[in-house]
Amino acid sequence: MYTQAMDTAPREERKAVRSVAEAQLEAAFEARIDEGGFIEAKDWMPEHYRKTLVRQISQHAHSEFVGMLPEGNWVTRAPTLKRKAILLAKIQDEAGHGLYLYAAAETLGVSRDQLLDALHSGKAKYSSIFNYPTLSWADIGVIGWLVDGAAIMNQVPLTRCSYAPYARAMVRICREESFHQRQGFDSLLVMMKDGSDDQRAMVQDAVNRWWWPSLMMFGPPDGESVHGAQSARWGIKRISNDDLRQKFIDATVEQAQVLGVSMPDPLLKFNDARGHCDFGPIDWDEFWRVVGGHGPCNQERLAARVKAWDDGAWVRDAAMAHAAKQARKQARQEQAA
Amino acid sequence: MSETSVQDQTPLQGRPTSATAAPEWPLWEVFVRAKAGLDHKHCGSLHAADAPMAVQLAREVYTRRQEGTSVWVVRSSDITASDPGDKAMYFDPMEDKVYRHPTFYELPEAVNHM
Repeated sequence: MYTQAMDTAPREERKAVRSVAEAQLEAAFEARIDEGGFIEAKDWMPEHYRKTLVRQISQHAHSEFVGMLPEGNWVTRAPTLKRKAILLAKIQDEAGHGLYLYAAAETLGVSRDQLLDALHSGKAKYSSIFNYPTLSWADIGVIGWLVDGAAIMNQVPLTRCSYAPYARAMVRICREESFHQRQGFDSLLVMMKDGSDDQRAMVQDAVNRWWWPSLMMFGPPDGESVHGAQSARWGIKRISNDDLRQKFIDATVEQAQVLGVSMPDPLLKFNDARGHCDFGPIDWDEFWRVVGGHGPCNQERLAARVKAWDDGAWVRDAAMAHAAKQARKQARQEQAA
Repeated sequence: MSETSVQDQTPLQGRPTSATAAPEWPLWEVFVRAKAGLDHKHCGSLHAADAPMAVQLAREVYTRRQEGTSVWVVRSSDITASDPGDKAMYFDPMEDKVYRHPTFYELPEAVNHM
């Protein structure tokens, strides 16, 4: 998912020795989580909980930010003014989602600059899915349908996350995300229903390329997930990777039939006994390669983010200089009056 | 492939962490009135160089879909908050002061809707 690198980060040992006061605070903290309560920014929390959340929320924010790049690739080449306006609105939403999430992470005591620095230096991760290229216009529709569809699957349970500022950001994001998936499906449906054979083939090709990476978004299988158990215990992660993946596949297979496309998986078949779709093996080597920095677009994405940040430096500085000048001017006027 | 072998791979060519960057824009808290007749409600925060920019950005970030008719912004550093550690004392339910509640008073049936 957008925070899949959570599953791939090394496990950290927790401090074994704690003071009595700290043990009491932690007991109260755990009790509140157990009864389904929320933790607010200024409440006491274990250091490990804080660290886990900073990492998860910032990865999520980075994913929203980097996620603008594959779509930005098609803004100037959208087929109609309507599609261009829709795409721009969607990209603006992604920026907004990134901002909600950075703000939520900052409530835990890290600065925006620290977070961005971790992204720009290649230290922080973002979702593997954004390291794939958008080769045709159909990719934009498929990203809405599959990538945002997978994101919704994962994000809805996060609205009940124990850390309240994160949960509140997720409520806002989920409210907006549905438009993203629907516009994607709508644009594909137009091509499948009213398009030429070439356009239909283009949609199928996009589905073929995005299907497996979309399934990888949910992260490694539950057995290999490093932080799953602790995150579940703390109410940060509510549903397991494999359960979410299955739910996504079941829902998507039906949608593909409406669209008239097939998934590139000969083993994909509804299993009456299980009540779910069976599916073929996922190429986890590819997943680890992309997470490790060796996907098709890792270097390009990171370079684009760093360039945007560096090119914007003079704007940020000028705005601060202007604000300081206005403040001085106002102070002089108040003195004179 | 194990997680250790992933870590062993060449790191991405990002740029080195810079310690000399200009200070970041200050943080503002954003309050939005959903419609006339309702209170302004806290909805999040953002960074902006000054107050007019904070209002402008609040509109872009928090009211893209008719979520509001009015926006307030205030520097986060200007907010004084109660200490969560004092919560039990500060927000004591005051169960010994039941006379603060209307249900404390038993009135005759004829006037009990009072």
